[in-house]
Amino acid sequence: MNFADLNWQEMMDATVATLQMLIFSGLFTIILGLPLGILLYLWGRSNSIVIRVIYSVLSFVVNILRSVPFIILMVALIPFSKAVVGTSIGVLGTIPPLVIGAAPFFARLVETALREVDRGVIEAAQGMGASTNQIVMRVLLPEARPGLLAGVTITLVTLVSYTAMSGMVGGGGLGDLAIRYGYYRYEKEVMIISVVLMVILVQLLQMAGDRLVRHFTRK
Amino acid sequence: MINLKGITKVYGKGSHAATALSGLNLSIEKGEIFGVIGHSGAGKSTLIRCINLLERPTEGEVWVDGIELTKLTQGQLQEQRRKIGMIFQHFNLLSSATVYDNIAFPLRLTGTSRADIDTKVKDLLALVGLEEHRDKYPSQLSGGQKQRVGIARALASDPDVLLCDEATSALDPQTTDSILKLLLDINKRFHLTIVLITHEMHVIQSICDRVAVIHGGGIVEQGKVTEVFLKPQHEVTRDFIRSESQNEGPLRTALDAAAGDNSQAVKITFFGEKTYGSALSNVVRETGVSFAILHGTISTIKDVPYGQMIVRFEGPAEAIAVTIAELTAQGLEVEVIS
Repeated sequence: MNFADLNWQEMMDATVATLQMLIFSGLFTIILGLPLGILLYLWGRSNSIVIRVIYSVLSFVVNILRSVPFIILMVALIPFSKAVVGTSIGVLGTIPPLVIGAAPFFARLVETALREVDRGVIEAAQGMGASTNQIVMRVLLPEARPGLLAGVTITLVTLVSYTAMSGMVGGGGLGDLAIRYGYYRYEKEVMIISVVLMVILVQLLQMAGDRLVRHFTRK
Repeated sequence: MINLKGITKVYGKGSHAATALSGLNLSIEKGEIFGVIGHSGAGKSTLIRCINLLERPTEGEVWVDGIELTKLTQGQLQEQRRKIGMIFQHFNLLSSATVYDNIAFPLRLTGTSRADIDTKVKDLLALVGLEEHRDKYPSQLSGGQKQRVGIARALASDPDVLLCDEATSALDPQTTDSILKLLLDINKRFHLTIVLITHEMHVIQSICDRVAVIHGGGIVEQGKVTEVFLKPQHEVTRDFIRSESQNEGPLRTALDAAAGDNSQAVKITFFGEKTYGSALSNVVRETGVSFAILHGTISTIKDVPYGQMIVRFEGPAEAIAVTIAELTAQGLEVEVIS
């Protein structure tokens, strides 16, 4: 093996591309998935039959999006990406499928984290005259913070592996590099370095996430 | 102050329906400490939750301070709930907030200014004696301290009513007493109406003015604690009071042994200052009757002393009759036990 001939510039570009995809898709996943998760939680425990029906439909859609393999979702969403961001390739073009793939997953994690909040605390807030909005903002989100942060960590790690697949539709990034050079052109060195970089990235994310969760856990 | 009219609460529907409360009526006066006692499953928890509509009754009206809560819109109800504080068996504090922030919580809901919140919270911290714990999280506190935070939080919005849902059931006896003392103090100081539910007669006896006994979703007996406690009418009430005193088995044996021509078992109830008087010995000295004490209690209900004794008088039947008449004349209650 010869690491001396590696194109470090390309390596660098791929790393930056991966980080860009991760940051932007992560951001939009949270922006979309958090309210969706809150709605799933609220609607799932509503007494109104109409809302229960809406919940079932929403829950069904979320499950479908979660069960479609990401690689297929990505291809299926090419027209959607073109419509939203004007392109379906490169860092920009992969963000819509990444978000559509990860947001429902994150929403479920949010819903689960919120369900963990002590029912009694919510009841106490209701007893103090808190509105639903106040209960979400001042009780549910702060109380579920460790669970939510753990959910963000899991989602970001999942997004790292999703970005690796986006090479299939011209997404770029480390995963793309590993497949194109390492797998198709037998340049094992590129593949090894790319994979090592991704492993480091995942480790860092997980460590940071765990540390935050620990910091905010008060139980 | 609080009026419950024809409250019925049914959980579930059809064949799974379970009735927790059926046609219950209750009236609670301003400024009193009202206790509701019942076994688990009697409906007491549902009852107290119906007062602030955390549990909406299937039928009936809930009136608090002249307002019919059952008729209000969600927004109006939220406003009225601020005048009703509540504390819980498991405290239900925000685990992610400090003592200070937990107490400030109801004030922040109404958008109170930062300075006003600070003044209020500091006052409340002093009231419940937790000044040095203001920056701790609930998990760092003992059960009694957590309940004190709960009480301070419930008082933050200056409520007219405080609901206590088994507030001392998770606490040890000593802590229970200190919390009860605090509740009594608050009741006197702010003239706050307190409604508490419990399964411990001891709690009722310590601080309540009036009590209702709930059984099978309805109230089977209610009245002043002194009356209900000393002269229980319903079987369930007797159960609660008996479990508070001793086992009745040995007493039964002693009573059976007492049956005879020249002896008579009686239950004598002393109340108020008479509790510590010497009426009994004075009377028997005059009538020449002797007595044996079979069972006795001297204690207090809230602040009022009382005594209850089962004694066996021995002597001529006429002398025993005179003794009983004389004791009654001195203001003691004498009940002949056959």
